[in-house]
Amino acid sequence: MNVTEILFGILTVMALFSALLMITSKNPVHSVLWLIVTFFSISGHYILLNAQFLAVVNIIVYAGAIMVLFLFVIMLMNLNNTAEPKKNRWLKLVGGIAGGCLFLVLVAALKDSEVKRQFTEVKTGDIGLIKNLGKELFSTYVVPFEISSILFLSAMVGAVVIGKKE
Amino acid sequence: MFIDYYIILSVALFCIGIVGVLTRRNAIIIFMCVELMLNAVNLLLVAFSKMHHLTPPKKELAAVAGTDGQIFVFFIMVVAAAEVSVGLAIIVMMYRNIHSVDVNFLNRLKH
Repeated sequence: MNVTEILFGILTVMALFSALLMITSKNPVHSVLWLIVTFFSISGHYILLNAQFLAVVNIIVYAGAIMVLFLFVIMLMNLNNTAEPKKNRWLKLVGGIAGGCLFLVLVAALKDSEVKRQFTEVKTGDIGLIKNLGKELFSTYVVPFEISSILFLSAMVGAVVIGKKE
Repeated sequence: MFIDYYIILSVALFCIGIVGVLTRRNAIIIFMCVELMLNAVNLLLVAFSKMHHLTPPKKELAAVAGTDGQIFVFFIMVVAAAEVSVGLAIIVMMYRNIHSVDVNFLNRLKH
């Protein structure tokens, strides 16, 4: 067991543990904080796969911008001390069973797949570096890149229009 | 590292997100679970983008094989950021109208 596998194990346990705590904690602010821990461990996975650009973008966009937006909204609504109403215990159980069944099916589908036992390259390779990705982004994918700016503009206008008081 | 581990990790994160969507009633937490599912897919895309490096299809493609996967992840993040801004605006509007973010109160289409 080398260093890479130990790091993979630690990051995996961290991601799964914090994701489970995210969906089980009662306080929405705690949920947001656990989700940030999950995003950081996913960024750690990206670094382990040598996708450094995506790791940094993941931290800046997800753990930074999006989660701050969530925290702002939760604190704006002052939800952090209101308990969720009592809900059906059976509904919770059925939701857990349904998710578990999906997990079982997807993992069982792996058994006969072609990708089984193939290796993924960790720690090396330079396709995830910003030089390669930037070159590709501004040559082959320049049209979608520019269209995404229009998407952002429309999302901004949409958010303002929806959130505006009458 | 085997790709299987990454697949199982991503599927587990995705299923945790699904369980959260099915069991929670708070609209903001449901939205956060959707974000978690998007991130699980992103992780799997990055893992797959690094998979065929050891046996690339052609010699000249060896250096850049798999770049497309990481560009896709970048665009998924872009779309997710736009989606979050609109979705949170909708949740704020819903809170302003019914003074709650419980999705059980949003059953008016049923009647």
